[in-house]
Amino acid sequence: MLLLNYSQPLELSGIIESVDTFLRTNMSPGWATFVEGVIVCVAILALYCIIALALIYIERKITAFFQARLGPNRLGPYGVIQSIADMVKILIKEIIHINRSDKFLFYAAPFFVIVSSFLAFGVIPFGIDLQAIDFNIGVFFYTAASSIGIIGVLLAGWSSNNKYSMLGAMRSGAQFVSYELSAGFALMTIVVLSGTMQFSELVEGQRYCWNLFNGHISSIIAFIIFMISGHAETNRGPFDLPEAESELTAGYHTEYSGLTFGFFYLAEYLNMFIYCSIATTVFLGGWMPIQIPGLDALNEVMWYIPSYVWFFGKTGLLIFLSLWVRWSFPRLRIDHLLNLEWKYLLPINLVNLLVMVVIVLTDTSLAGLFPSLLATN
Amino acid sequence: MSNLAQFLTVLIAGLVLVIAGVTIAKLISPISKNFQKGEPYECGLPTHGTSWMQFRVGYYLYAILFLMFDVETIFLFPWSTVVRSLGIMGLVSILIFITILGLGLAYAWRKGILKWM
Repeated sequence: MLLLNYSQPLELSGIIESVDTFLRTNMSPGWATFVEGVIVCVAILALYCIIALALIYIERKITAFFQARLGPNRLGPYGVIQSIADMVKILIKEIIHINRSDKFLFYAAPFFVIVSSFLAFGVIPFGIDLQAIDFNIGVFFYTAASSIGIIGVLLAGWSSNNKYSMLGAMRSGAQFVSYELSAGFALMTIVVLSGTMQFSELVEGQRYCWNLFNGHISSIIAFIIFMISGHAETNRGPFDLPEAESELTAGYHTEYSGLTFGFFYLAEYLNMFIYCSIATTVFLGGWMPIQIPGLDALNEVMWYIPSYVWFFGKTGLLIFLSLWVRWSFPRLRIDHLLNLEWKYLLPINLVNLLVMVVIVLTDTSLAGLFPSLLATN
Repeated sequence: MSNLAQFLTVLIAGLVLVIAGVTIAKLISPISKNFQKGEPYECGLPTHGTSWMQFRVGYYLYAILFLMFDVETIFLFPWSTVVRSLGIMGLVSILIFITILGLGLAYAWRKGILKWM
């Protein structure tokens, strides 16, 4: 663990530890685990909803600025209450039944989408000790959990009894499974570099040198590929073919109304946040403050900024980048989209993986070249 | 908490959100029955037949290709954590593995599966 010889008043790990010891001293271990589980459950639900509402507001505002509009500005100062009002509105809308649709699958689809994004959300380390799921196979678990969502999308399209939904879901499926490969290989490149799949260890290992710089050329290629494929997996930006409104109405969620539509909307925004935060954790050092070897005074000062502020700051930058891409490029055609993945990204990725292995084995990563400065242990 | 408890906690949180959300929405939202409202929305035109129809085989071929590489991912992830200790033999063996799969992709490419017709 981290060896810090001063107290950090703004970190939450102290509170977490005292709650844990309080529960363990007053209850049997089983009950203590249960109560902790309930607390984590409520906390993660609240964080999920707050991040979704904030992201919807931020997206609308930034989009407006990109297009020289004002964006939401009526409710509250600068329209900050707008997305809460929208959520209440969506809650009181009727959930419409579609004739001859497959009702069971129709209602099962939002479960897959939301549960998959929750499981992927759980592995994100938001700060010191702020992580719901910390498996030693974290990266692999993230890849597995995030790919369950596509089942929900395919079910939604299939069960809606709507030809546009069907086409949208098929496109989404083809796009998602293709780009899933690239995302997995890009993450694997970094696993080769750092030698661990546990997210907390990944962050600790990037104390003096982010993985983005540690593996230099190979890491930067992996980062760019991961950002492209994450963008494509969330069906946004130039890759929004599954919901291309001029061709397919709204794609796979055309027939969903009220809150069932709201879940797809929520999951889309959260998936954007999740891939940006995984990119932050894996490539940009996660919650670790900026540490420059040699400048001990600066390093000490940086630790006084709480870890979650660093995490959300870095993630926010990547989200802004993603929005920038979304509103800057025209939509791709489906054959161009699949060609980009299968003829460019995948071969580049396979070669890149081997280059990274060579970098690791010959010790030419930055930490290998300057072990006295950059080694973490 | 143990791994299983961590996993179950997050899984239950996800299920709670959907179940509670749909239940509350059903309770407080208005309900009005109308046959027209249940028609699938296909831009105003009445729908013809069912939408469970044949679709392009191209999607299926991409799914098959994906399966090939996804299985490869399962084999490569454990390898990638220990590549440091495997040394040069790890590189050589995985080079053979990836070359065979690369040949598979090249074959599919050559046969025109990657061409969207």
